[in-house]
Amino acid sequence: MTDVGYLGAAAEPAPPGRREDEPPSAGPGGAHRRRGKPRSLSRDAWRDLRGNPIFVVSAMVIFILVLMAAFPGWFTAKSPTFCDLNLSRGGPSSEAWFGYDVQGCDVYARTIYGARASILVGVFTTLSVVLIGGLVGMIAGFYGGWVDSTLSRITEIFFGIPLLLGGIVVLLSFPSGADASEWQTIGKVVLTLGVLGWTSLARIMRSTVIQVKHADYVMAARGLGGSAIRILRQHVLPNAVAPVIVYATIVLGVFIVIEATLSYLGIGLQPPVISWGVAINQATEFARQSPHMLLFPGIFLSVTVLAFIMLGDAVRDALDPKLR
Amino acid sequence: MGRYVVRRLLQMVPVVIGTTFVIFAMVWALPGDPFAGKCGDRPCPAPYIAVMTDKFNLDEPIFVQYALYMGNLLQGDFGETFGGVQVMDELQLRYPATLKLALVAIATEILIGITAGILAGLRRGGFADALVLVSTLLVISIPVFVIGYLLQLLLGVKLELFPVTVSAGAPLNELVLPALVLASTSLAYVARLMRANLAENLHADFVRTATAKGLSRGRVVGVHTVRNSLIPVVTFIGADFGALLGGAIVIEGIFNINGVGGLIYGSIRTREGAMVTGAVTVLVIVFLLVNLLVDLLYAVLDPRIRYD
Amino acid sequence: MTLYPTPMPAQAVGYVPLLEVDNLQVEFRTRDGVAKAVNGVSFSVDEGETLAVLGESGSGKSVTALAIMGILDSPPGFVAGGVVRFRGEDLLALPEEERRAYRGRSISMIFQDALSALNPVFPVGWQIAEMFRVHEGMPKSEARKRAVELMERVRIPAARERAGDYPHQFSGGMRQRIMIAMAIALDPDVLIADEPTTALDVTVQAQIMNLLGDLQHERKMGLILITHDLGVVADVADKISVMYAGRIMEQAPVSDIYARPAHPYTKGLLESIPRVDLKGRDLSAIKGLPPNLMRIPAGCEFNPRCPYAQAVCLDQRPPLLEVVSGRSSACHFAREVLDGSV
Repeated sequence: MTDVGYLGAAAEPAPPGRREDEPPSAGPGGAHRRRGKPRSLSRDAWRDLRGNPIFVVSAMVIFILVLMAAFPGWFTAKSPTFCDLNLSRGGPSSEAWFGYDVQGCDVYARTIYGARASILVGVFTTLSVVLIGGLVGMIAGFYGGWVDSTLSRITEIFFGIPLLLGGIVVLLSFPSGADASEWQTIGKVVLTLGVLGWTSLARIMRSTVIQVKHADYVMAARGLGGSAIRILRQHVLPNAVAPVIVYATIVLGVFIVIEATLSYLGIGLQPPVISWGVAINQATEFARQSPHMLLFPGIFLSVTVLAFIMLGDAVRDALDPKLR
Repeated sequence: MGRYVVRRLLQMVPVVIGTTFVIFAMVWALPGDPFAGKCGDRPCPAPYIAVMTDKFNLDEPIFVQYALYMGNLLQGDFGETFGGVQVMDELQLRYPATLKLALVAIATEILIGITAGILAGLRRGGFADALVLVSTLLVISIPVFVIGYLLQLLLGVKLELFPVTVSAGAPLNELVLPALVLASTSLAYVARLMRANLAENLHADFVRTATAKGLSRGRVVGVHTVRNSLIPVVTFIGADFGALLGGAIVIEGIFNINGVGGLIYGSIRTREGAMVTGAVTVLVIVFLLVNLLVDLLYAVLDPRIRYD
Repeated sequence: MTLYPTPMPAQAVGYVPLLEVDNLQVEFRTRDGVAKAVNGVSFSVDEGETLAVLGESGSGKSVTALAIMGILDSPPGFVAGGVVRFRGEDLLALPEEERRAYRGRSISMIFQDALSALNPVFPVGWQIAEMFRVHEGMPKSEARKRAVELMERVRIPAARERAGDYPHQFSGGMRQRIMIAMAIALDPDVLIADEPTTALDVTVQAQIMNLLGDLQHERKMGLILITHDLGVVADVADKISVMYAGRIMEQAPVSDIYARPAHPYTKGLLESIPRVDLKGRDLSAIKGLPPNLMRIPAGCEFNPRCPYAQAVCLDQRPPLLEVVSGRSSACHFAREVLDGSV
């Protein structure tokens, strides 16, 4: 039997002067890019995102919300703390677009000012979760062995405490005095949720690191004597960035909702801190009679979460190499 | 398979110990006053402190504390509130309502979520797909307590289709609306996950083989594709159960259901820390058990796991 | 050297080939354009005959097979023209329900990667028995018995004990046998094998090819073997169709093609096979790369890479014409290539 040869295996590029064909597509219908700037995942992703209407809309909404959180005065001249009991539970009018709440405070003003606490909690909790979970997952995945076993057990243990339940127990055990500052209260909530909520990210990070660890170029880097930190920074992190970003954008919305739920239950952020959850908490007693007190903060809450989820979806579609 | 079951059971034990220890430590052992927040807005009365210190051995080193605590737990003693109520007694009274609520919610989540996901996944880009995508997005974004109030208002008060609150004894028909609201977010996630998995699996090689075998489309999808697509969904339902338990607190509060969730909801307001901690510990153990069941179910569905 | 003698084609009046593909055209419509994956392919297969369809990746050979079976991923794939006749009946014109009746029963297909082609969550015995349960309404126990018999037929050791095992518990060669068992369960008239041995070791390859040959001879099946491996073809095929860029470039009985190719592409392929007696010399290769199927060159598809291309090759697409009796080639200079004067 003659030796087997693979067809066209040792092909050379066509010499100049002939009709130059472009490189073959990976399958029927593959697109072609111009030669030139080297393609990178982030550059391609950014270009896809720019053209994606969902991304653009949700990014704009988030931008507006951030402005609202940072400069609430731009959005309303009214004060959220000036309350007139005579106006209690008044409906929407030309004076107060969203009406008045139980204590006679302007709902619109409170909703605008409430953006800050909610968004701060969301952002900082996400950051802490990324830090804690990322670190745990990276170390567990990279070093393997008993380090991995121990860290994975710990991850399982914290995974066993559902976020809301754990948050309730912890926050109840560390009540804030009436004189606690806004930042103290926010910090407490952030810390609690951060300490309880890092497990999913740790798992994502760990599996990414394990995948990358076995890649040839990482083996090569280790063989060449690269230090662990260097390898982690140069090879592992860039690959882990994509799934972490997608998860972080989506979970930011989740944390905002959890904070709102905790506040609604009466722990977590509390008056005098203004947040959407606090507003809803104060609105529940008369919710059936005066739904507007609940509705408007609820709408703002939902729109915020919606924006983050859609953003996360758009980012994931852009970063997913399978869809290229 | 038997070995896998035993292994998972053994793995559960340290996790249960660890989890209950973490909760115990966070409540009773962290720096600060362990009795803060456990007696309403006032500091705890001295007799209560004495009783609890004795019961939970708060003067002993932490691990002794915990060991004795576990001993008590296993005997069903979760401590008592400053009002003298035994936590265990309340839990025993309350759990049936929550059990019913949770079961109906899970059944809804599975039936509607998976069906919607299959319909959407089959006709990518079609009307059903768009409908499912948009509705699930909305449901996920709106917090469960907002949905609860809205539906209570709309369907209960305005349209009078459902009872506004649930009467004592929690009859099943009255639990329909609360269970639906409770399941809503999870249902949305299940539908999206099922949709994505099904759509992806429809392009898998083994589906092509099934079609090449001359099997009908209904069989290819219903038997071959769905089974494979269910596997990650089952895992999700287990992990999400914790969120369901948390949501039960809110829902039982809104609809006035006399379950464990309502107990926690009320106890938060009155700052009865011992009750909250005891109830949450029970729920956490239930969550871990459910996860164990899900893991076993996963092994039934996916034979590749069994032979690790 | 074939293990079984080549049957003489029956050219009697009223002769209808078992399976006939006539000017088949398949396109892939994507948002970046339309790719012509199959651009006018014609061939036929008879009972007991083995046709090898040879080509590189992207030549359209697998797509042709999927189109014959009617399991093309559509969208984005569409059959844009041509006929596929099974015993004279045009399959492409049939509604799906009738078309499905042929799959698995009259025409079967096996695929390259048996691990991903078998359903991972069902036991292999169950998957084989499914053919009997669904198509013939056989009760479970009897279907299972037949499945075990089939597993023994394809030489899987301890078949009865292993029928309850799952695909991931078998080796690659065993899995391929399971796929073959599934495909021949209902005694199809035609078996299409899409690169059945590419993912296997050389020794296992030989075993599988032997098995296929045995089964074919035993059941008088027509076998369409899709491959890029010239070595595999030489042992098993009766005739070869060489595909390139969605078209057939040359068609001939196997022995004739190896001895004297009638197309520059075939010639290049044969010359690129490394040979022990030419050790020490540079490997010869076909210059260039296969074309983008959305922008197939004008004239002959092969002209950018053909060492003998002339002006007419850049302009006019050579049709597939008979060069000598029983052999056709799509080249303006087929005769010259055949004679060796080019």
